[in-house]
Amino acid sequence: MLEELSKFKKTDSSLSSIRKLSPIARREMRTGFSFISPWLFGFFAFTLLPMLATLIFSFLNLKITDGIFSAPKFVGFDNYIHLFKDPQAGINPFAWFNSKTPGSLLITIKFALIALPIGTFFPLSLALLMNNKNLKGQFAFRTLFYMPYVVPFVASVFLWGGMLNAESGWVNRALEALGVAHDNLPQWANDVNWVYPTYVIMGIWGVGNSMLIMLASLQGVPTELYDAAKVDGANAWEIFWNITFPMISPVIFYNLVLDIIGLFQYFLVPLVVNSGTGRPGGATMFYNLYLYKTFFTYQDMSYGSTLAWFLFVIILLITIILFSTSKYWVYYAGESKS
Amino acid sequence: MNKTIKNGVSALTVTAFVFGILAVFLSPFAFMVFTSLKPKEQISIVGSPIWPAAQPKYEHNGEQLDVFTVPLNKCAGHDPASTISKSLALTKKGRQESTFIDPDDLAKGEFTCTVSWRALDRPWKLFLAWSNYAEVWNTIDFLRLIGNTVFYALVTMIGTVISCILVAYGFARFRFPGRDTLFIILIATLFLPGAVTIIPTYSFWQKLGLVGTWYPLIIPHFFANAYNVFLFRQYFLTLPRELDESAMMDGAGPLRILWSLIIPQSYPVIIAVVVFHIVFAWNDYFGPLIYLSTAKDNWPISVALSTFNGIYGKQPQMIQAGSLMAIVLPVILFLIAQRFFVQGIVITGVEK
Repeated sequence: MLEELSKFKKTDSSLSSIRKLSPIARREMRTGFSFISPWLFGFFAFTLLPMLATLIFSFLNLKITDGIFSAPKFVGFDNYIHLFKDPQAGINPFAWFNSKTPGSLLITIKFALIALPIGTFFPLSLALLMNNKNLKGQFAFRTLFYMPYVVPFVASVFLWGGMLNAESGWVNRALEALGVAHDNLPQWANDVNWVYPTYVIMGIWGVGNSMLIMLASLQGVPTELYDAAKVDGANAWEIFWNITFPMISPVIFYNLVLDIIGLFQYFLVPLVVNSGTGRPGGATMFYNLYLYKTFFTYQDMSYGSTLAWFLFVIILLITIILFSTSKYWVYYAGESKS
Repeated sequence: MNKTIKNGVSALTVTAFVFGILAVFLSPFAFMVFTSLKPKEQISIVGSPIWPAAQPKYEHNGEQLDVFTVPLNKCAGHDPASTISKSLALTKKGRQESTFIDPDDLAKGEFTCTVSWRALDRPWKLFLAWSNYAEVWNTIDFLRLIGNTVFYALVTMIGTVISCILVAYGFARFRFPGRDTLFIILIATLFLPGAVTIIPTYSFWQKLGLVGTWYPLIIPHFFANAYNVFLFRQYFLTLPRELDESAMMDGAGPLRILWSLIIPQSYPVIIAVVVFHIVFAWNDYFGPLIYLSTAKDNWPISVALSTFNGIYGKQPQMIQAGSLMAIVLPVILFLIAQRFFVQGIVITGVEK
């Protein structure tokens, strides 16, 4: 899917050449457009227009009080100035180190730095294990590792809430059985130091999707490549680094991009696990959660829109940076033929 | 021979290792099942077993007697050198001496043991509180929740499948100016953060007075989405064009070709999309939360489940029973249709 994006070139004739089309081609064009018209309409109505509206809102002063929309007033860059100074949003990097409560952007970045490597290496290791030729019953294992992915989100939060309960949860009981003193047992979601690991554990449980994609990609690596490397006397690490990794790099890249985008929008877990309060100690007031609260709780449409556009620009920049690095490390096997 | 043994050993090691990881990975399911079957009384007792259990009672002369584990050497009429403990029913409590009867040997009648009943343990016996499920079922009107969720899943599934097939067919089979650029834009919407559209969209539905109804959740599904269009298009591209072309020569229109040639060949991908969509709709939480949180009668399972912390804050067995009931359908559906599921994931993730 990503290759389509990374090879973005102008490949087809531009709209100005419509006049040159033959009658048959014109008819084909009309048919084609009518088939994609549901998406075209949906794209305008549910994506493009709302995006523009969000941008416009961010320059207005729109609020809802008691269910009534305030009269819109143009306020220029006021919302953006407020955003820059808002300690809760925390977008000013110079304020990161001298503010007492962590800002939402910093929280989001911190969590992403913990969750991202795990979200890449864990499914990759699992896929490599699944692909091990000594493993019997690969099909059953694959299915069972995938299964948690289809568990409804709220149910999985309750499940892990129970598993990680400080007193009755199995995890702490197991830790106690392994010799951890009762007073040293982690309080998980209620402990500033353990709340991110708690979220990571909850996230890892749904690793099945990434694992399956990586596994399918591993299985697509031509065996001749491995045979040739063995003949040349390469060791296991050399084979992984010089053959396996380049061959599956598109899939790792896909996973990485989706993970980063997802992590910057992270908010449902803190919303449900810690009731969206930012507890413990403000550590879970993620950026997107702050946005959600600004709009749905405080009903400030304009400031919410400002937060949203800022988030969009950050995600866009990160995606562009990632795509521009991809040509150095992502290898598309079919590239030469196109 | 030697090599066969060696292979067998490494197969066993690797498989056992992966099995160990899997056991840890799936232990939350066991936790859920165990906890959901615990009787209410067990929850509050510190040190009770992790499996569902009750402390048995013994009925004697119309009285419910508590059963305790008593060391027999302390009891009158028993061997003082005995090291055996037995489950006895307590008839009279005492600090130095308590009176018991032996449920297995009633003929012996009551006898005293020189033990304080408070210092004794009560035995645990497996007890499955199936009634938890019935209680949850009735408390939250589970049948209505299922009805709401199934309604949401089926209506949006029809919208998604129809619109995505049409759009994918347009992208896969017709040439028109700007097609590839539009397709890139379609794929790019996958990476668009939802936050950048949600505020005006929500406000729009609010102005129309439709927050609290199903419309904001259902209508967008009739206008295709990137993920499923991509799936369908990739599949349609693999179907031979020659059949289409000969049907066109015979005068069949594009809709007719789609209906009688393309769709009959595409059932694996259609099933994949149907299953994906039902699981998505069943699990969808954010959409129903923002649009339906004030309309209790319309709640799907996901939203109702999230109110459990309030209803059953101190009753984990009820929370787990509700979670289990919410999990059953998507998990079964996944297990039945997993072949198509896996195929669909592979197409979107690995194919380019």
